[in-house]
Amino acid sequence: MADRISRHDVAHVAWLARLELGDEELARFTTQLADVLDHAADVEALNLDGVPATSHPYPVGNVLRDDVPEPSLNRAEVLAQAPETEAGQFRVPPVRGEAP
Amino acid sequence: MSDGPGSGADIVWEAGSPGLGAPAGTEWETVIGLEVHAELLTRTKLFSASLNSFGGEPNSHIDPVCLGLPGTLPVLNRHAVELAMRVGLALGAEVRPSIFARKNYYYPDMPKNYQISQYDRPINVGGSLELPSGKVVGIVRAHLEEDTGKSTHVGGAGRIDDAAWSLVDYNRAGVPLLEIVSHPDLRSAAEAREYVTELRATLLAVGASDGKMEEGSLRVDANVSVRPLGSAEFGTRCEVKNVNSLRSLGRALEYEARRQIELLSSGERVAQETRHWNEDTGRTSPLRSKEEATDYRYFPEPDLVPLVPDPAWIEQVRSELPLLPRQRRHRLAAATGRPPARLALVVERGQDELALEATEAGADPEAVLKHLEQNLADGTGRLTAAGLAGLITMEQSGELTSNQVKEVLAEMVTSGESPATVARRAGFEAVGAGELAGVVDRIIAEHPAEWQRLCAGDDRERKKMQGFFTGQVMRATKGQANGRDVAALLADRAGA
Amino acid sequence: MTAGPAEAIAAAVRAGERSAASAVQESLAAIAAGGELGAFNAVTAEAALARAEAIDSAVAAGEDPGPLAGVPVALKDNICTRGTPTTCSSRILEGWEPPYDATVVDLLNAAGAVVVGKTNMDEFAMGSSTENSAFGPTRNPHDPGRVPGGSSGGSAAAVAGGLTPLALASDTGGSIRQPAALCGIVGMKPTYGRVSRYGLVAFASSLDQIGPMARTVADAALLYSVIAGHDPRDSTSIPEPVGDLNGPLDGDVDGLRVGVVSELCGEGIDGDVLARLEAAAGALASAGAEVGEVSVPAAVFGLSAYFLIAPAEASSNLARYDGVRYGLRVPAPGATDMNVATRTAGFGDEVKRRIMLGTFALSAGYYDAYYGKALKVRTLVVRDFAAAYERFDVLLAPTSPTVAFRFGERTANPLAMYLSDVCTVASNLAGHPAISVPFGSGADGLPVGVQVMAPALGEDVMFRAAAALERLLPETQPATAGARSAGAVTKETAP
Repeated sequence: MADRISRHDVAHVAWLARLELGDEELARFTTQLADVLDHAADVEALNLDGVPATSHPYPVGNVLRDDVPEPSLNRAEVLAQAPETEAGQFRVPPVRGEAP
Repeated sequence: MSDGPGSGADIVWEAGSPGLGAPAGTEWETVIGLEVHAELLTRTKLFSASLNSFGGEPNSHIDPVCLGLPGTLPVLNRHAVELAMRVGLALGAEVRPSIFARKNYYYPDMPKNYQISQYDRPINVGGSLELPSGKVVGIVRAHLEEDTGKSTHVGGAGRIDDAAWSLVDYNRAGVPLLEIVSHPDLRSAAEAREYVTELRATLLAVGASDGKMEEGSLRVDANVSVRPLGSAEFGTRCEVKNVNSLRSLGRALEYEARRQIELLSSGERVAQETRHWNEDTGRTSPLRSKEEATDYRYFPEPDLVPLVPDPAWIEQVRSELPLLPRQRRHRLAAATGRPPARLALVVERGQDELALEATEAGADPEAVLKHLEQNLADGTGRLTAAGLAGLITMEQSGELTSNQVKEVLAEMVTSGESPATVARRAGFEAVGAGELAGVVDRIIAEHPAEWQRLCAGDDRERKKMQGFFTGQVMRATKGQANGRDVAALLADRAGA
Repeated sequence: MTAGPAEAIAAAVRAGERSAASAVQESLAAIAAGGELGAFNAVTAEAALARAEAIDSAVAAGEDPGPLAGVPVALKDNICTRGTPTTCSSRILEGWEPPYDATVVDLLNAAGAVVVGKTNMDEFAMGSSTENSAFGPTRNPHDPGRVPGGSSGGSAAAVAGGLTPLALASDTGGSIRQPAALCGIVGMKPTYGRVSRYGLVAFASSLDQIGPMARTVADAALLYSVIAGHDPRDSTSIPEPVGDLNGPLDGDVDGLRVGVVSELCGEGIDGDVLARLEAAAGALASAGAEVGEVSVPAAVFGLSAYFLIAPAEASSNLARYDGVRYGLRVPAPGATDMNVATRTAGFGDEVKRRIMLGTFALSAGYYDAYYGKALKVRTLVVRDFAAAYERFDVLLAPTSPTVAFRFGERTANPLAMYLSDVCTVASNLAGHPAISVPFGSGADGLPVGVQVMAPALGEDVMFRAAAALERLLPETQPATAGARSAGAVTKETAP
């Protein structure tokens, strides 16, 4: 079942994940991901009708904090870690288009 | 920002193409649904403890969590939840158990490259907003999510697509937002403006937001489509973004509807897309091309746990809600007999409480409303309901002329004094008929010789003495007596 | 029972019999001498010595520095340390200095421990051999030609090689227990939510837990009891108080119901490993435990769910490495190009593979078939284990299907590497605690670990069984394929 994921799928997923793959990588990753998805197929035999999803293994609910401020981080300390800064801000190459 | 399954966008607006090749002369109907993002008035951010505060030095309200630093975890702000519940309950929504989800997309002002939002299980579901006109607009949902930082595009005259680089400030990152999604129930730009005005008033009333569109604390995205009048199907919609004031909302919607009508009228199709409103050119233009179509890959946020407000908490919040604009319009309508649709202005200005009290104090409701609407646009200051009621009585009994009423009213707003006090000081006090007779009689008694000359004298003498007595009366009444009334009284006393 | 090295140091320092400085110097010297292991990404010698002196001053002033007084501790390099690089062994975070400390670091400091450095790992904790580190592999102290396991190979090698008495690591699918087994030490994954994740660089948020690595069960329990507890900065943190572990450490297993997981005793598990598992079961039975066999089907098919859930969460967690705020940036003319260039250069192959697998599992059209289904399978895992725990107090299984393997043996085939986690992932899916205890040696004289699992918040009973195994180990026969103590295991039918 090597068609669980196609080269085209892998290329699309790489774009969504902001990764660039060369032709060789694309081919290799397609095979490797298909292998893993094939292995995951043993789950297909399970009857999952009416089975709820589990997102958290230990049920905790309503975890809330009070609306009390704490001091800001030191801006200089934070900006010192940034690749590029200007005027107290993070500088990035031009953004094409607006946020979706 | 909402593409959730419960958003008006995805459920209701199946892309159809009614009107394709519509005959000339077709009448068109505009269909609008709005997504309003309101920044909530908390002290701190939705998931962390740096300040939620507008302005300030860039990157001066930041913490490890809102910066999305590796290893950090969100913890939900109780007050933000409470404000969201207040809005939901004010809109008649059902407050439900909810979970948070991650909405994945890349943008430099989004620190984690995912936004923590609510997707298939939002906190507020359903509800409606009644506009002053009486129209009821359905609410799909109102859910919590975090705001992004702000990018400034530098170079290229600030135009996003020509910028040389961008600067990012994360002060706004993590500020709590409530996204309120309406059904596509609005039918004109004017109605959309009315909806936003009413929603804003509701948010202000419950203390959830300051509603400042110009500062971006209230942001409106509009889904717009058109269809031939009478058609049951919806047309293909466009989402219009970057609308920064009520005025531009109206302009953008009118432009966009016209654009779509022109397309359809000339046999073309409307492409489903997101469009950017440009305030300077007065046009909308497409934002993203199709090949960049996003796939948000929503999934439950594993760093947060379910939010299940217990009924006691919900009832507590409900019991603390103030009267809403709609309720205040109806209350005032009951007291004044005027329909709620014509009470929007007074309620919007927050003058309805004064109107109610003045009416209860016996003042004519229409006169009360007239003064509030026409003469008190800049606020009622220290004006009291009793004062307003008294003034209206004086006005209606003819004690004050309408110009005098305006002057007195203005003074009452600043001083808070009674109308009589103000009118007296201003010398506006009209002398009543009984009082005037008393004054005339007293002056006659004080001047018997002059009175004799008036009664017995010839025409010339009588005229002279009439002038004397009128002058005396005017002096005694500080000029408030009506000359004709004085003459009539003198003639009466002289037995003429 | 002889005191573990950490217990011994803490007791001596608290009693004023030994200086923290000498303990730290000893550890730093061992780290320097053990450099060929490649266990550390960074050694914070100066800060550690300064801190040791402060502890010694406190002792001199009559203060108690805490239960880990003067004990050198190594931290996996995905635990944030303010002002000390935290790299996750990735180029993309190289040189990043967090502006804050993880909660566990605060707790270590409050307990008198001394952090001596950051240990190597598979990049972003993705791997089972520590071969995926951007900074080179870590070697197994028992055989430098073999991997230490992973992803916490650096922490495991540091403890096994005697460089530090204790280390903290993280476990998402076995990343503490498997390297502990391969290096012959104790490694424990607490109940999900028992130890704060605040400051642990996320791999898969719903599976990650920080836990201790040590040379003895008591040392592991000591470190665990320092880091366990509620943290308001982690919404998934468990509010219940942490119980006292002194009682359980006596290792009295009389009447303890021990279930051997039958699905993990057959196909895919090497014979030498199985032999040691059976020896462990036999030893517990001889000490009075009621040992039986139990079928937990989910223990195996959980692996498939794990390899969808963990990458899905990771694909989102790792989206923040975009070259904007910290870490690597590869310049490019536009913001998106810069994101792509940075991530392409900054992540290694295994990380890219998992990000893509996870992105795919969440993407439109595939969510229900993969991620959605995996969450339901997770429910079955939880149920299967709950049923098993109705009949048994603890479950027994191998930790790793094999002993330590050679470098390069599994790198060509990612799926083969993933199967290394078959014995451990179920505990992360179910959220229950599990510990690997060294239990003799297998092929080529390499260490074999036996795993004890317990219900959520069952750390006390888990430590009890683990302490018993540690105590009983010398009584067991050297493992040979023929010497199976079959009589100890009574067959039970699956529920």
